[in-house]
Amino acid sequence: MTLSHNIAPGGGFPPAHGLYSPDQERDSCGVGFIAHIKGRSSHQIILDAEHLLCRMDHRGARGSDANSGDGAGILTALPHAFLARVAQDDLGTELPNPGEFAAGVVFLPTDESEKDKCKQTMARICAEEGQLLIGWRIVPTRPDEADLGATAKAAAPQIEQVFIAAGDGLAGDAFERKLYLIRKRASHLLRSDPEMEQAKAFYVCSLSTKVLIYKGMLTPGQLMTFFPDLRQKDYETHLAMVHSRFSTNTFPSWDRAQPNRFMSHNGEINTLRGNINWMTARQGVVQSDLFGDSMQGLFPVVEPDCSDSGVFDNALEFLLMTGRTLQESVMMMIPEAWQKNELMPNDKRAFYEFHSCVMEPWDGPASIAFTDGHYIGAVLDRNGLRPSRYYLTHDDRVIMASEVGVLPLEPEIVKFKGRLEPGRMFLIDFVAGRLVPDEELKQEFAGREPYGDWLKSERISLKELLPEPRALGLDQESLLLRMQAFGYTVETMQFMLQPLIEQLRDPVGSMGNDSALACLSDKPRMLYDYFKQLFAQVTNPPIDSIREEIIMSLECYIGPEPNLLETNRKHAHRLRIRHPILTNEELAAIKHMDHRGWRSKTIDITFDRGAIPGGMAQALDRICHETEEAIDEGYSIVVLSDREIGENRVPISTLAACGAVHHHLVKRAKRTRIGLVVESGEAREVHHHCLLIGYGADAINPYLAFEALWRARLDGSLDETVHSDERSVVSAYRKGVAKGMLKVMAKMGISTLQSYKGAQIFEAVGLADEVIDRCFVGTPSRLQGVRLEVLEQEALRRHALGYPTVEQSRQDALPNPGEFHWRSAGERHAWDPIAIASLQTAARTDDKTAYEQFAEQVNGVARSNCTLRGLLRFRTESGEAVALEEVELASEIVKRFCTGAMSFGSISAEAHESLAVALNRIGGRSNTGEGGEDPERFKLLPSGDSRRSSIKQVASGRFGVTIWYLTNADELQIKMAQGAKPGEGGELPGRKVDEIIARIRYSTPGVGLISPPPHHDIYSIEDLAQLIHDLKNANPAARISVKLVSEVGVGTIAAGVAKAHADHILISGDSGGTGASPLTSIKHAGLPWELGIAETHQTLVLNDLRSRVVLQTDGGLQTGRDVVIAALLGAEEMGFSTGPLIAMGCIMMRKCHLNTCPVGIATQDPVLRKKFSGAPEHVVNYLFMVAEEARQLMAKLGFRRMEDMIGRVDVLETQDAINHWKVDGLDLTPVLVPAVKLHPDVDTRCTMAQDHGLEKALDKKLIELSRDAIHHGKKVTIELPILNINRTVGAMLSNEVVKVWGERALPIDTIHIKFEGSAGQSFGAFLAKGITLELEGDSNDYVGKGLSGGRLIIYPPRTSTFIPEENVIIGNVALYGATGGRAFFRGRAAERFCVRNSGARAVVEGVGDHACEYMTGGRAVILGPTGLNFAAGMSGGVAYVWDPEKNFEPRCNKGTVDLEHIEDDEDIVELRELIELHKQYTDSNVAQQILESWPDVLEEFIKVMPTDYKRVLGDRKKHDEEMESTIHEDETAQSIAVEG
Amino acid sequence: MGKHSGFMEYPRKTVPYRDPAERLGDFNEIFTEPVEKRLKRQGARCMDCGVPFCQADTGCPIDNLIPEWNDLVYRGRWQEALDSLHKTNNFPEFTGRTCPAPCEGACVLGITDPPVTIKNIENAIIDRGFAEGWVRHGRLQQKSGKKVAIVGSGPTGLAAADQLNKAGHEVTIYEREDRIGGLLMYGIPNMKLDKAVVDRRVDLMREAGISFHANMDVGKNLDPDELRNGCDALLLATGATNPRDLQVPGRDLPGVHFAMDFLTENTRSLLESNLQDDSFINAKDQDVIVIGGGDTGADCIGTALRHGCKSLVNLELLDQPPTERATDNPWPDWPMIFRTEYAHEEAITRFGNDPRSYSMLSKSLSADNDGCIAALHTVGIEWKGDSGVQEMIEIEGTEQIWKADLVFLAMGFLGPEDYLAEALGVALDPQSNYQAEHGNFQTSVSGVFAAGDCRRGQSLVVWAINEGRGAARAIDQYLTGTSRLTAPGVTMDTAVG
Repeated sequence: MTLSHNIAPGGGFPPAHGLYSPDQERDSCGVGFIAHIKGRSSHQIILDAEHLLCRMDHRGARGSDANSGDGAGILTALPHAFLARVAQDDLGTELPNPGEFAAGVVFLPTDESEKDKCKQTMARICAEEGQLLIGWRIVPTRPDEADLGATAKAAAPQIEQVFIAAGDGLAGDAFERKLYLIRKRASHLLRSDPEMEQAKAFYVCSLSTKVLIYKGMLTPGQLMTFFPDLRQKDYETHLAMVHSRFSTNTFPSWDRAQPNRFMSHNGEINTLRGNINWMTARQGVVQSDLFGDSMQGLFPVVEPDCSDSGVFDNALEFLLMTGRTLQESVMMMIPEAWQKNELMPNDKRAFYEFHSCVMEPWDGPASIAFTDGHYIGAVLDRNGLRPSRYYLTHDDRVIMASEVGVLPLEPEIVKFKGRLEPGRMFLIDFVAGRLVPDEELKQEFAGREPYGDWLKSERISLKELLPEPRALGLDQESLLLRMQAFGYTVETMQFMLQPLIEQLRDPVGSMGNDSALACLSDKPRMLYDYFKQLFAQVTNPPIDSIREEIIMSLECYIGPEPNLLETNRKHAHRLRIRHPILTNEELAAIKHMDHRGWRSKTIDITFDRGAIPGGMAQALDRICHETEEAIDEGYSIVVLSDREIGENRVPISTLAACGAVHHHLVKRAKRTRIGLVVESGEAREVHHHCLLIGYGADAINPYLAFEALWRARLDGSLDETVHSDERSVVSAYRKGVAKGMLKVMAKMGISTLQSYKGAQIFEAVGLADEVIDRCFVGTPSRLQGVRLEVLEQEALRRHALGYPTVEQSRQDALPNPGEFHWRSAGERHAWDPIAIASLQTAARTDDKTAYEQFAEQVNGVARSNCTLRGLLRFRTESGEAVALEEVELASEIVKRFCTGAMSFGSISAEAHESLAVALNRIGGRSNTGEGGEDPERFKLLPSGDSRRSSIKQVASGRFGVTIWYLTNADELQIKMAQGAKPGEGGELPGRKVDEIIARIRYSTPGVGLISPPPHHDIYSIEDLAQLIHDLKNANPAARISVKLVSEVGVGTIAAGVAKAHADHILISGDSGGTGASPLTSIKHAGLPWELGIAETHQTLVLNDLRSRVVLQTDGGLQTGRDVVIAALLGAEEMGFSTGPLIAMGCIMMRKCHLNTCPVGIATQDPVLRKKFSGAPEHVVNYLFMVAEEARQLMAKLGFRRMEDMIGRVDVLETQDAINHWKVDGLDLTPVLVPAVKLHPDVDTRCTMAQDHGLEKALDKKLIELSRDAIHHGKKVTIELPILNINRTVGAMLSNEVVKVWGERALPIDTIHIKFEGSAGQSFGAFLAKGITLELEGDSNDYVGKGLSGGRLIIYPPRTSTFIPEENVIIGNVALYGATGGRAFFRGRAAERFCVRNSGARAVVEGVGDHACEYMTGGRAVILGPTGLNFAAGMSGGVAYVWDPEKNFEPRCNKGTVDLEHIEDDEDIVELRELIELHKQYTDSNVAQQILESWPDVLEEFIKVMPTDYKRVLGDRKKHDEEMESTIHEDETAQSIAVEG
Repeated sequence: MGKHSGFMEYPRKTVPYRDPAERLGDFNEIFTEPVEKRLKRQGARCMDCGVPFCQADTGCPIDNLIPEWNDLVYRGRWQEALDSLHKTNNFPEFTGRTCPAPCEGACVLGITDPPVTIKNIENAIIDRGFAEGWVRHGRLQQKSGKKVAIVGSGPTGLAAADQLNKAGHEVTIYEREDRIGGLLMYGIPNMKLDKAVVDRRVDLMREAGISFHANMDVGKNLDPDELRNGCDALLLATGATNPRDLQVPGRDLPGVHFAMDFLTENTRSLLESNLQDDSFINAKDQDVIVIGGGDTGADCIGTALRHGCKSLVNLELLDQPPTERATDNPWPDWPMIFRTEYAHEEAITRFGNDPRSYSMLSKSLSADNDGCIAALHTVGIEWKGDSGVQEMIEIEGTEQIWKADLVFLAMGFLGPEDYLAEALGVALDPQSNYQAEHGNFQTSVSGVFAAGDCRRGQSLVVWAINEGRGAARAIDQYLTGTSRLTAPGVTMDTAVG
C-alpha cells in the first residue's frame, strides 16, 4: 500500500494508520521580527528579515527530502504601493485607499472546479456581509528557481491574492471584524465540504487591512525566491515577522507554516486539549454587541486541523476581534507567574487574578511574537523556557529573534541589547513610535479597572462559608465495608496513604512495574488504572515543581463564568479554591450553601445493585441529565456524591461520572455555567485526583481516604506525636497530595492547576470507544478493550467485597491484590518467583534446562495476559522454517544487546562493573547511567577485561559529563525520559554520596544531588538538535542516541528526533526500572514498549526516516521470544536491565531506594555490598541463552539473520485463544499493521548514516590551526570572525586535545583563540583545559555548556556605545553542567546561569531568573542584578552576589542556602582574585569600580552558601583539625620518646 | 513495612524449646512461652520483599500472607495479624506447631543470613488469638440446603469442612478412630501438638454447625453407597495410611511395629489414662531401633525416650545430608540439610550421642531363644549414579548387628488403604492414590471428591489444608455452580465463578 496519492495540495497528512495518528504532530522553531519603531516603511526591512530568517535555518528542519522544509513564512504590513501596482497590472483595478480595503494570500485547491467553488463562495459570503470582493490575483511563484523539494511541490496549493473593499462605509476595526467573519464563515464551510476532494487546501493565510502573510512548506532560504513578490523594490513595510518551523514529521502541510494571522509561536501549548474544550464550552455563554446574532458564524472559535499555534491564534483572534486589545488578550492567555511573586505590585496582581477568573492560562513553553500592524510585540511564557533576544539601534530599528547575531550590524549602531524575560512583554507602538516598557504597559492595563476592588467585593471564599456543623466524620461501623467496596487494599494503606502523610509527598518505590495491565488483569481494577499519565519529552520540557515552585499554583476560581467577552465585576463573582482537596467541613459548607446567590445541588452517583446489566449506563445518563437540570434551575455548583453506597447501592466510578458530566456539559456548551465538585469514597491517590481534575472536576472531597487514615491513627499506625488529631491528618494528606499533583502536572510542563483542569493529559489502555466517547472524549485509546458492561461488572465485584451477596464471603480484613509486591494469589507479575529462581540457576550454572524452565514460565506468564506481547503469537504455519544451523550465531545476536542505564550510585560498584565486563566480553554495550564513570575504568584490566561502559549517558544532571568522559564513549545517549518516571528528575540522597561517588560526580560527599526534570538545554526539538550536534562535536566517533519513553505520539517525536540527526533512538517501555521513583509514576506513567516501538517504526517508515536511525527498545524484556517480537515490531537492538541484575543475584526486593538491598546490588552500604555474589559470566550465560532461544524461533520463522526480521509484523498475529472476561474487546491490529512506505525505495531498517554537517564546522579550521598545540603542546594564538551559525565552537577541538593529552589536557591558555562577532549556540561547550576562547561581541544560549577546564572570556565590541553592564551579552543556560574552568562575561546573562555547575568559576554582571539552580560546585560571582529564584536547589559551591541596592534577598530561593556576609579571609582573597581577573580579561568598568572601593564594597556582597555544603565542609574542617591535632600529638609524643 | 534495617540489626532467634532434661519427663508440649519483644524483633527482620518467596511455590502452600503479619506483629497489632492469618489458614495453631516451614526455607533473607522465624510468629499469633478470645466461629444463618459428607477428620477433612460450612452447606465428618483429628490426633505426639489444641478447634467447628461422627469406618461399619446417596457431595480425606513395610527376614517377629501403631496407642493411652492403662507399646528399658529418618521417626524417638528406653538407634537408608545447601539444591528450594530435631536433641541429652546412622540398609531381624526379637542386621551402603537414577551398592565389610527389643518402622506411606476406593469404585493413580486433579479434586465418580494425602500421597499438614480448602471451593462450585470461597490461588476479588 502506498499513500502517495494522499499528498493533496495544501496539506497531505496521511490518515491515522496503525499507531500513527496525525493528531500527534508537534513543532517548534525559530521566530523573529524586525521593525522600524517610528513606523517608517522600506524594502530594506524585507531584505533584513530574509537575512534574519536564513540565519535561523538550523532552528528549522527538513524531512527525508532535503529540499522540503517544514515551513517558513513572513508577515509584513500591507505594502500599499506594491499592491496598488499589481492590482493595476494584473487586475486592471485601482485599489481603494489604505484602510478601506483588505488583501490576503489564500491557498486554494489546484482542481479548477473546486478552486472556482472556493472563490465563488468567498464572493457570495462577502456579498452577504455587505463587502465587495474586488478580485483575485495569482501570486507568482518560482518553485524551480527556489529548488522546491518533491514533497513540497506535490502538496503545493494554488496561491492567490484576494482583494476586498469595505462596503457600508465600514472602516477600521469594524471592517476588520467583517473580514474576520467572512474568513471564518468561508473556512468553516469550505474546509469541511465533503464534496471537495481538496477541501483542506482552502486556507486563508491572512485577510486584513494592515498585514499580509506569505508562507509555505519552504526552507528559510527558499521563501523569497519562491515568492518573487517579496523581491519587488516597491514592496515596503515597517515590520516583518518571520518564522522557521521544525515539525516532528515530514508530511506536507502548507497551512501549518507560520506566521499565523496574528502571531508566530516558538514552543508548545501543553494544555491544548483543555483550552479547546473550555473555549468550546464558553461558546454557550459568549455574547458581543460587536457581532450580535452573527456570532454563530464565528463558531467554532477553534478550528479543527490546526496545530497548537494555530489554535492559540484562533483564540487570540477571537478575543481581539470581540473588543479586547492585542496586549490584554495576550496577557490573559499567557499570564505571568503572579500567584507566588511577592515582588509584584498589588494592582498588577489583581489584574492577573481577575483575569484568571475569566480564562485559564494557555500553558507551555512559548515565545510568541504578535502584531496587528499597530503594535508589534513578543512575550515569553511564565518560566522563560524559550530564548528571545533583541537589539535596539540608534536608527530606530528593533530586531528581535530567537538568537542574536542574525543580522549583521555595525557595533556602533547598537543602542541596547536585551532579552525577553519570563512572563514579560516586549511591545513596540508604531503610532507612538516607541518601545513601551513592560512595567508601563502592564501598569496601564492594571489601572484600567478597579480589579482589586472587584475581587474583594465579589469573590467568594470557602472561609466565609464556614463553619458547617453538618460535616460528616469517621463512621467506624461501616468503614471496613466501604473500604472493601471502594477497592481499598492492604497495599493502598501500606504503599500509598500512610507514606503519603508520613512523607508529605507521593510515596516512593523502586524497580519497574511488571504487573499485568489493568485491561489484562483478572482482578477488578480501578478505572484509574486504565489511564497512563502523559509527559513532556523533547518538544517541551517538564518542570521542577519543587525547585521552581514560584511558577506553580493550585489555586482556582470555580463556578459559573459570565460572558468571556465582557470585563466587569461579575467575573470576580466566583468561588476561590486554594487547594483542590476539600475537607469534610469545606464540602459540607458547599453542599449546604445558600450564599450571595449561590446554591449547590448534590447528585447521587450510585446505582441499584439489582438493575443490571445496564444500570451503570442508565445512571450515567441520569446524572448528566440532573446536572443539566441543576444548571437550568440556577444552581452554581453540583456535587457528585457516592455517599449513598450501601447494601443495594453500587457506586459508579467517580472518574466515569465526572468525565461523563464534564463532557456532556462541554458538548452542550454549558460547562462554564457550573462548578463541579466530587464527594468520592473512591478517589484517594495522587493519580486519582489528577485524573479527576484532568477530566473536569473542580474540587474533590476524598472522604474515605480521610476516614481510613483517621482509623489508622486510632489503630496506632501513625505517629501520634505528628498526627495528634484528625485535622492534622487531613492537613498532611492535603500537603502530600498537593506536592504529588504538582509533580504530575510538572511532568507535562504544566504549572497551574487551572490550565491542567480538563486538559486530559492521559492515554487510556484498553478502554473501548464506547467508554471514551461517553466519559473521556478525545483521549487516545489505541487498543480498544473493555466496555461499560465490564466496568459495571468490575464495580459489582468490588462492591461485593464489602457487601457480599452471601454473608459467608465476608472477610474481616482488606484484601492484598499484590499489585506492588508479588502475592501468591495476587496480580500476575512478569517476574515471579519461578522466573527469578530458574533464571538464577540458569545464569549461575549455565544450565539450559533451567533456562528453558525460566523461558517457559516467563513466556507463559506473558501469554496468560500479563503483557501485550503475551497476546501475540507467531505465524509459523507458512512453513518457511530453516535449519537452525543456517541462522546466524548467538554470538552475533548478542552484539545487539545492551544493558540499561543504571547509574553507579544507584547500584554498587561491584554490580556496575560486572555488567560492563560482561557486555564488553560479548560485544554488547553497557551503559554508565547518569552518574558519570570513574576514569580508572577506561583502562583495560590485566585480564584483558574492560570495565568501561561503552554507552555514556548524558542526562539532565550532567554529573561527571566532561570532555574526557564523552571522548571515552562508543555511544552517547541523551536521556530524555526514563520508563519508570518519565518527565521527572531524580535525587540521590546525601547518605548515598560517598567519597568515590562524589568524586565521579564532581560533588561533595554527604551532600544530596538533584537531577532536574528537564535538560536545561532542551526545551524543544531544535534544542535537542543542538545538543545532538554538541555531542557529535565532542566525540565525532560516537553514535548519538536519544532515549525516549513510549507514549502516544512517541513515533512522531522520534521522527523529529531523527530529523534532529540522532543516529540511534531508544524507545523505553513503561515497565523500566528505577532506583527510586514515585509509585504514581512507576505504575501510571508511560506505555508498554510494544506500542512505542511499533508506533515509532511505523511513523519513521511513513516519513522515510527509518533508514537513518537504529532503533532499540527496552523495558521488561526477558526472553528470546521478547527479543524476536521486539525485532518484528521494528527494533534492531534490545536492552535488558532487570534480567541481568537477577542473573547476578537480584531478587526484586524493591528496596533500591532504601539502600538496604540484601544481595549487595542496589546499595552503597559496605556491609551489604559484601553480600554481592554475582559475576560477569552469569550475565554472559543469560544473554547467550536468550540469543539461543531467539535463534530457535528465528529458525522456525525462517529468518536467517536478525536484520531480515526488523519490522516484519506480518509473521505475528493475535492469539486466537484469547478468552478472558476483559480481553475480548482488545484489538491489537494497530500494532500489527505493516509500516506504510510512501514510495518503494523506502528502507525499513537503518541503512545510512546521518549527515551531521561536521565538515562545515568552524572547529575543523581551529583544529588545523592548533596542530602545534595538539601534537606538540606549543602555544598557539588564533584570531577569527564568528557568526551565529558557527555552533558548538571549541568542542571538536577539545576532543582532539584530550585524545592526545588525556584527561589532564593542556596547560592553561596553550591555545588562545580570539573571535569577533556573534557566536552561535553552545559557544565553548565542553571546552578542555588549555584552551581559551575570547570573544569580542556577544553570544547565544549554552555558552560554556559542560565546560571542562577551558577558559571563556566574552566582552562587547570595543566600539559599542551602550553600557555593557546593562546589556545582555550571553543567552540562556550558560555554563550548564560545567565541571571546571573559568568564565568571564562583561555584561548580563539571560535565564538559568550556572545551572548544575559543579566546578567552573565564573564572573558575570547580571543574571536572569533561576541562576545557580542545582549548582553543586564552583563559584559564581554576580556583579549586577539577579532574577528571581536564585540558587534553587543549590547544594554546593558558592555564589557571591554584589547587591548594592539591597534587593537580592527576596529574589533568592532560600530552600537550601544561607545568605551570609563575606568575612572569611579565604573568601575575600578568592573573590578579589576573580574580580581582578575579570577586570584584566574584559576591561570591566564594574570590576574596576569595585576594586577601587575595596574593601568597603565587601559589605555590599552577599555570600550564597548551601546549607548542606556548609555543614559538610564544617565537619570536614573539624575532622581535619582533629586529625591534625592527633598527628601533632603523635609527633610530640614521638619526639619526646626520641628524646627520652 | 517492617523495619527496613531490621535484618541488619537483629539476629535470628527462635522461640526456644523447654530444656530437654525437663521435657523428657512428660508429654507436654515442648514449646516455651514466646517473649513478645523477641517476636517483634523477628517480625522486624522480615524485609517485606518485592517478591516474597516465602509464599511462592517452594514456600507456603496456602499463600499465607507472611510479610503482612510479620509486620503487624512487629507493630504489635496482633488482632489484625490474626485476621490476616485467617484469610488463608484455617488452623494456624496446627501449622504453627507442626509445619517444617517451607516458608523459612524459601525466605529471601535465607540467601545470605538465617531466615525469619516465620513459624514461631504464626504460632504466637494464633495462640494470642485464642488467649484473647478473638477466635470465634459464628453459626451461619444462610443455608444452602446442600449436604456434604467428609470421610476423614484429618487436617484436609477439617479444612474442607470449615470452608464448606462457611458456604452454608450442611457438613458431616466421619472418622474411623474414636477421636476426631486424624493424623493431628494420633499421628503427631502430644508434645508436638497438644491434643487439647485439636479438641479446641474441633469444638469450635462443632459450635459452628459441623457434625462429627467418630468410630465410623466407612466401608467397614458404614455403607459407602448409603453415605454417598445421603449427601449431595462426598469428600474422601482419608489420608495415606498404608505404611511402607520392611521386607526382610524376621519382619514377623514380635517387637516389630509400624511407627503409627506405636504413636497412636501411646497417645490414646495418654489421653485415656495418662499412660496408666498399659494398653500401649511401652519402650521402657528397651533397646529401641527406629528405622526411617523422617518426622515420624523422630516422633518415635521422642516417645520412646519419654517411656525411658534403654538405648536408641535411628537408621536411615539415605546419605547424611550436607550441613549447608548443595549446589543442586539452591535457594529457594527446600534446603536438604542435616537438621537436629527436638527428638535428636533429647536423645543426645539422654545418651550423649546422636542416635542417627545414615546409609544403612536393614538386612534381617534375628530372634533370641524366646523367639523374641534380639537384633537387627544391617549393611552400610553407597549411593552411586547421577542425581536422576541412583543405585544402592552394599559395602562389603560394613555389616553390623544392632541389639533390639523394639523396632519401629517409620519408612513412609504408600497411599490410602484400598477398601473404600473399591467400595465406591473410585479409580486410583499409579501411586495407588485416589485419582483426582488438584484444582477440581473430582474423582472418577461423579460427586465424589478426594483431597489430602489420599490424593497427593503423604505430605505436610499445610498441604492438607491447601487441599482441603481447594476441595471445598471445588465442591461449592459443583453444588451451586459458582463459589465465593477463597482457596490457595484464589482471593476474595477473584473468587467469583
